[in-house]
Amino acid sequence: MKLLIRGGRVIDPANEIDAIMDVLVADGKIEAIAPNIQAEGAINIDAAGKWVCPGFIDMHVHLREPGFEYKEDIASGTRAAAAGGFTTVCCMPNTDPVIDNAAVASFVRERAQKSGVVNVLPIGSITKKQAGRELSEMAELVEAGCVAVSDDGLPVADSAIMRNALQYADMFGLPVLSHCEDLNLARDGQMHEGYYSIIYGLKGIPAAAEEIMVARDIILAQTTGAQVHICHVSTAGSIDMIRDAQERGVQVSCEVTPHHLILTDEIVGSYDADTKVNPPLRPLEDVVALREGLLDGTIDCIATDHAPHHLESKDCEYNLAAFGISGLETAVALIMDKLVHPQILDAETMVSLFTIGPADILGINKGSLDVGTDADITIVDPELVREVNPREFYSKGKNTPFKGMVLKGWPWMTIVSGRVVYKEGKIITE
Amino acid sequence: MSKEGGKTVKLEQRKDLLGLRDVSREEIEMILSTATPMKDILKRDIKKVPTLRGKAMVTVFYENSTRTRTSFEIAGKYLSADTVNLAVSTSSVAKGESLRDTVKTIEAMGFDLMVIRHGMSGTPSYVARNTNMRIINAGDGANEHPTQALLDLYSIKEAKGSLEDLKVVIVGDILHSRVARSNIYGLSKFGCEIRVVGPATLMPPEIEKLGVKAYNNLDQALRGADVINVLRIQRERQVAGLFPSLDEYSNLYMLSPERLKNAREDVLVLHPGPMNRGVEISSALADSTTAVVNEQVTNGVAVRMALLFLMMGGSKDEITY
Repeated sequence: MKLLIRGGRVIDPANEIDAIMDVLVADGKIEAIAPNIQAEGAINIDAAGKWVCPGFIDMHVHLREPGFEYKEDIASGTRAAAAGGFTTVCCMPNTDPVIDNAAVASFVRERAQKSGVVNVLPIGSITKKQAGRELSEMAELVEAGCVAVSDDGLPVADSAIMRNALQYADMFGLPVLSHCEDLNLARDGQMHEGYYSIIYGLKGIPAAAEEIMVARDIILAQTTGAQVHICHVSTAGSIDMIRDAQERGVQVSCEVTPHHLILTDEIVGSYDADTKVNPPLRPLEDVVALREGLLDGTIDCIATDHAPHHLESKDCEYNLAAFGISGLETAVALIMDKLVHPQILDAETMVSLFTIGPADILGINKGSLDVGTDADITIVDPELVREVNPREFYSKGKNTPFKGMVLKGWPWMTIVSGRVVYKEGKIITE
Repeated sequence: MSKEGGKTVKLEQRKDLLGLRDVSREEIEMILSTATPMKDILKRDIKKVPTLRGKAMVTVFYENSTRTRTSFEIAGKYLSADTVNLAVSTSSVAKGESLRDTVKTIEAMGFDLMVIRHGMSGTPSYVARNTNMRIINAGDGANEHPTQALLDLYSIKEAKGSLEDLKVVIVGDILHSRVARSNIYGLSKFGCEIRVVGPATLMPPEIEKLGVKAYNNLDQALRGADVINVLRIQRERQVAGLFPSLDEYSNLYMLSPERLKNAREDVLVLHPGPMNRGVEISSALADSTTAVVNEQVTNGVAVRMALLFLMMGGSKDEITY
């Protein structure tokens, strides 16, 4: 089967392409990119006025399966991904059981094959059961298809274990994704510690809780020569340290979430638990610093930290509510509306932050429209205006602080290995 | 935060009282002026008036309380409202019912107003968003305790004649204190100079952005003070590593007649209670005429009567009944 995507603005930063062209897909692979392609028998897709991009990659999502299917499962989570314009997601290992061995990693991949609609690349845990004591069997995890290891949600407190993990993972070129949080400093915290935490009477999580661990991990990466990736950076201090380390040649990369780029801690005053997230929403100075980091290349990619929760764990007292935002279905529209349309971020940089940025960190052969590679394609309608309506989410997690926001610029079509899985608001399954 | 914002002046148009941050000076003045005739009722032989007959209110306290809960209950009863207290530990809450379901259940019984105390900040706001009942916050976590601040303001005004331009010192655990926050919001609307004093570990970062002056030294903070509001210190804070011992705390911050030498001679000392005698306030001071702890309790009933009257739709003519 052939697809001919005609007349769209093709934006492929990896190949430095930004022009009106056609893209021909055959047998699930990219066959040609050129102006005015003629292809007999191909299904035509009129992409005039749309942006045709390599499939977007979200390297930080929680699909909750196995163990927490009432929050999300691979079927619903990958549908949310497709609707959000993502063709590949990397799922975090804090499931039950934890993805700390080949059996669980294989289970996730099989479920993704059977019930999923986009590519699912599992992330293994750094330590067995995420207990922070013994390293997971990383060679086995790589064999089973894991693309990284992470302690997301349960950071490795012991610096000796973390150092061993960086050294050991480096043997396989396996990136270590570090959730930086000093749990003692963050204990019982509900929001960022600062002016608004005083006003709202909520226990604060100081910026230092993140920055101390960022500093530690940079020092460990430097002294071991291994690579480390900092998950969801959220403070100006973290950005400064990462920038400085990169300039000194330390192998440190980082990601940022859309909500940390857009919201500030002021909105917690609604006591709507959909604003409760870890790391917490920060003050404007931090948001400004994150945007600077995005523009000067300190930040390598945008990731959602998609953290779906069921209603009862959000519709309650703020202190009792779970941390996390359901982010897959709003990420692209938020970045389009808040950063691209206001000309803070150009289209090419935006696309690279969702494509070649994460692909390079993970070392996967995705994120470009190279001829011969898997035809994972995201088509964005930059002019489409729509309201964020969580009730229409494919994700089971309706927990978004962006509900009701009207945004311009949404994913229009999502193609995975040459198959259209999402088109104009609908998931397409055969 | 109230949905009504800070613009409305009339309390009867306000659905909830969640805090003093967004309550206007005019609203506060109205409550305080209404409390005076209420206090007169308290002094009568027959204290009951029929003003709120046919109205129903419920107090729901998720934290222990003696004076606040009793004060709301008797305030409602003096005004003839039907008043029910939900004892949380013996209710369905103990069976694991969610707050949302508890509120819906209570609402279904036809109550007009709920008084809620909760250990978690923002819970009254959450409840208010999910019910048509009027909500009064009787203290939520470290956020606000608006009726305590109102009775403090009333007590200050009663003793000093006016709230304008006073030097008010708040002593103790500012970090965890909802009383401190509500007092700061209330007093700052009357141009008071507000000073907060306590150990650095119990002082929130950026507190001065609220328009107060922060001190660690008690004697310095007390210089020229008209009013001192002494906060209760809790032993749990020592366990949490926030200060070394209650002994050291009282050496540094306990209010006693001797420590008042820097304050004005006619200084007024308030304490929201319950007091830890010998920890944050000496017995000698607590029992002196400088401290008006018991008068505060009486004023608390009057202020709460005023609030219930204004919020549950009594008309102004009826107070003189």
